[in-house]
Amino acid sequence: MLKDLKSALALLVSLSILTGLAYPAAVTGIAQAIFPVQANGSLIREGKAVRGSRLIGQPFAEPGYFWGRPSATAPMPFNGAASGGSNQGPLNPVLDAAVKKRIATLRASDPDNAAPIPVDLVTTSASGLDPHISIAAALWQVPRVARARALPAARLRELVAAHTEGRQLGFLGEPRVNVLTLNLALSGETRD
Amino acid sequence: MTGNGYLQLAFYVVALLALSVPLGLYMARIYQGDIPVFVRWLRPLESGLYRLAGVSPEDKMHWTRYAVAVLVFNLLGLLAVYALQRLQGMLPLNPDGMTATTADLAFNTAVSFATNTNWQSYGGETTMSHLTQMLGMTVQNFLSAATGMAVLVALARGFVKREADSLGNFWVDMVRSTLYVLLPLAVFLSLALVSQGVVQTFTAHHTASLVETIEYGQPKLGDDDQPLKDAAGQPVLEKMKTAEQSIAVGPAASQVAIKQLGSNGGGFYNVNSAHPLENPTPLSNFLEMLAILIVPGACCVMFGAYVGDRRQGYAILAAMTIVLVALLGACLWAEQSGNPLFARLGLDTQASELQAGGNMEGKETRFGVVNSALWATVTTAASNGSVNAMHDSFTPLGGLVPMWLMQLGEVIFGGVGSGLYGMLVFALVAVFVAGLMIGRTPEYLGKKIEAFEMKMAAVVILVPPLVVLVGTALALGTDAGRAGIANPGAHGFSEVLYALSSAGNNNGSAFAGLSANTPFYNTLLGLAMLFARYWVIVPVLAIAGSLAAKKRVPPGAGTLPTHTPLFVVLLIGTVIVVGALTFLPALAIGPIVEHLQMSDTR
Repeated sequence: MLKDLKSALALLVSLSILTGLAYPAAVTGIAQAIFPVQANGSLIREGKAVRGSRLIGQPFAEPGYFWGRPSATAPMPFNGAASGGSNQGPLNPVLDAAVKKRIATLRASDPDNAAPIPVDLVTTSASGLDPHISIAAALWQVPRVARARALPAARLRELVAAHTEGRQLGFLGEPRVNVLTLNLALSGETRD
Repeated sequence: MTGNGYLQLAFYVVALLALSVPLGLYMARIYQGDIPVFVRWLRPLESGLYRLAGVSPEDKMHWTRYAVAVLVFNLLGLLAVYALQRLQGMLPLNPDGMTATTADLAFNTAVSFATNTNWQSYGGETTMSHLTQMLGMTVQNFLSAATGMAVLVALARGFVKREADSLGNFWVDMVRSTLYVLLPLAVFLSLALVSQGVVQTFTAHHTASLVETIEYGQPKLGDDDQPLKDAAGQPVLEKMKTAEQSIAVGPAASQVAIKQLGSNGGGFYNVNSAHPLENPTPLSNFLEMLAILIVPGACCVMFGAYVGDRRQGYAILAAMTIVLVALLGACLWAEQSGNPLFARLGLDTQASELQAGGNMEGKETRFGVVNSALWATVTTAASNGSVNAMHDSFTPLGGLVPMWLMQLGEVIFGGVGSGLYGMLVFALVAVFVAGLMIGRTPEYLGKKIEAFEMKMAAVVILVPPLVVLVGTALALGTDAGRAGIANPGAHGFSEVLYALSSAGNNNGSAFAGLSANTPFYNTLLGLAMLFARYWVIVPVLAIAGSLAAKKRVPPGAGTLPTHTPLFVVLLIGTVIVVGALTFLPALAIGPIVEHLQMSDTR
C-alpha cells in the first residue's frame, strides 16, 4: 500500500515533467522553428505595428467596409482576449429581437437592396471572433460598399473573389470570405 | 444538404474506421508487452520511469490493489491541479498575470480534469496561467486518459486469464498508454495543428490596432465593484471607444492535440475549438474530429486482438458506428432545417455553394452546419466534450442528439478506454438478457456471467442516470440552481439537464449559457463527476477480477455467438432501451416540448 503510494507520487511527478513541461516545450521549439507565423497567431504586420490576425475578425460598422458576423463577446465585439458566443436558445425572445435589429440595420444601410439577407450575416458566430462570412453575405454587401467608396461593383466582386477561401483540399469545410484581409485590401484600393 | 455534405461525412467515417484498425492492432501489441521496433527506442525511458518509481513490471496486482492504485494516482493528480490553480499567481510562466482561482472553481476544475470530464466553469484565456494549462490541464489530459485505457486493459485480461488472482500492473498499463500511444500521436497532431494556425508560444497576448475604431457600452461599476443598475434593472452602460484589439495566445496546440486524443475536451480558450486560434481551418477541424474518435475506435480493435478473436472487437465497433451514424443524421437534419424564426424574418437560409444556410446562430462560417453537427455528435458520442459550435443555440432536436448521446452512458465510442469498458458491461447485460430467454447461464468470451458480475453491471449502468436525474432535480429545486439558467422556458430546463448529463457521464460539453461558475454548480457538478467516474471504474475492476478467477468454458450449442449481426442488434437494443426508458420523461419536458413550441411558430 505504502509502496504503491510512493510509486504513484513518483510517477505523477516524472510524467508531469514529461507531458507537462518537456512535451509542450518540445512542440513549441519545433513549431517556432518550422511554422513561426502560424505558431504566433498568424499576425498581419505593417512594419512593426500589428494590424490584426488573419484568423481573428475585427468589428466593422462603416458603410465603406464589409461587415463581419455579429459578435457576442463582452464588453466589446470581437474581443480577442475573451471569446464567447451568445448561447441564446432558438426560441429566446432576446434572439428574436437581436436578429430583427440586425436586419433593420442592414436594410437601413442599403434601402434599395431587396435581396434576402444571408442568415450568417445576422446570427452571432460561436467564438465571437469569426474572421469569415459566407460568399453570399459578402456579395449581399457589394452594392453598399460600392456606393460608399465610389468603386464599380465589378471591381468589388473581383476583390471578394480574391479573398475567398475555397473548400480545403476541394471538399472540406465551407467556402468563405476573409473580412479583415478583404477590408485591408479595400482601404489600399481607395488610397490609390 | 448538398452533395458535398454527404461526401464530407462519408470521408470522415471511412477514415475513422480505416485508421482504427492499425492503431488498435498496434495498441494490442503494446499491452501484450510486444513493443514494435519503431518505438523500441522509448524502452529505456519506460524502464527509467519504473526504476525511479520503484515499480517492478512483474508485480501483478489483485483487482482491489489495482483499484486502489487507480484511485490514489487520480487523487494525487487532482490535488496537483487544485494546488496549481490556487498558487498560480506566485508561480512562473504567467505573463498575463492570472491570479488564484476561487476554492470552488479550483475543486471543480481539478475533479473535472482528473476524471477525464473536462467540464470548464472558467474561460481559459481569462483565468488560467500558461503553467496551469501545461502542468495542470495538459498533464491530466494524458494521465486521466491513460487511466481509462489501463482499466480497459485490466478488463480485457479478466476475459483472457484463467483461474488467476491478478489483473496485471496498473503502473505499467498506464505508463505504456502514455508513452507509446498518447504521446507520439499528440506530438504529430500538435504540429499538424500548428501548420494550420493553432498558436504555440509562451508569450503574453498581442495587441493589434483595429482598422476601424469602435464604440461600445461597458457596464459601469459602483463603489462596491458591482455593475450599477438603472431603475428598470438594466445595467448602466458607459460609452467607451477603442482602437485596439487584444489577442490572447499561448501553448495551445500541445494542449488541443491531447485534449482531442484523450477524449478530454478541455479547451485552451473559452469557446474551445470554435476559437479560430484553436481550430483555424476545415483541415484542422477534420484532424481534431478524427482525433476524438480514433483511440476509442482503436480500443475496440485492440480488445478483439487482445482476447484472441478480432471479430469480437469489430462487432462492438459496428454497433457503435451504427448508432453514431443514425444520430448524426438526426442532428444534421435538425440543424439544416434551421430555426423557423429565420425563415419568417425573410432571411436566406438555403444551403448552396455560396453559404451554409440553416441554423447559423452560434456557428462558425468555416465549419457551417455540416461540420458543426458532425462535431456535436462525435464529441458527445465520445466523452470528449470539446465544441466547435455553441450547443445552447442548436435547434431543440439538434441539441437533443448530443444530450441523449451522453445519457446513453458514453458507450457509443465513449472515452478512451472508458467507452469500451462501459460498452462491454452493456454486452454482459445483453448476453444475460439473451440467456434468460433460453434459460441458460449466459457466457461472454468463454466466461460464465453470474450473479456477482450482474450486480456490478447494474451498478455501472445505474449510477450515472441516478447522478444525472437526482442532480437535475436538486438544481431545479433550489434558488441557487435556478439562478444559473440563461434561456427562458423549456430551454432553461434543458440547460440544467444537459449540464448534469455532461458531468454525470464525464463528457464535459455544455449548453454554455448556464452560469456554472458558482459555488453551487461547481460543487454539485464536481461531485457528479466524481461519482460517475469512480463508481463505474471500481465495479468494472471488480468484474474483471471476478472473471479472471473463472475457468474458461468451451462454447456449446447453447452459447450465443457474440460476433454476429444478431448480437450487434441485441447490443444496440440494450443500450437504446436502457437509455430511452431512463431519460425519455426528462427529455419530453425539455427539448421535445421546445420542439413542439417551435413547430407552432412556423
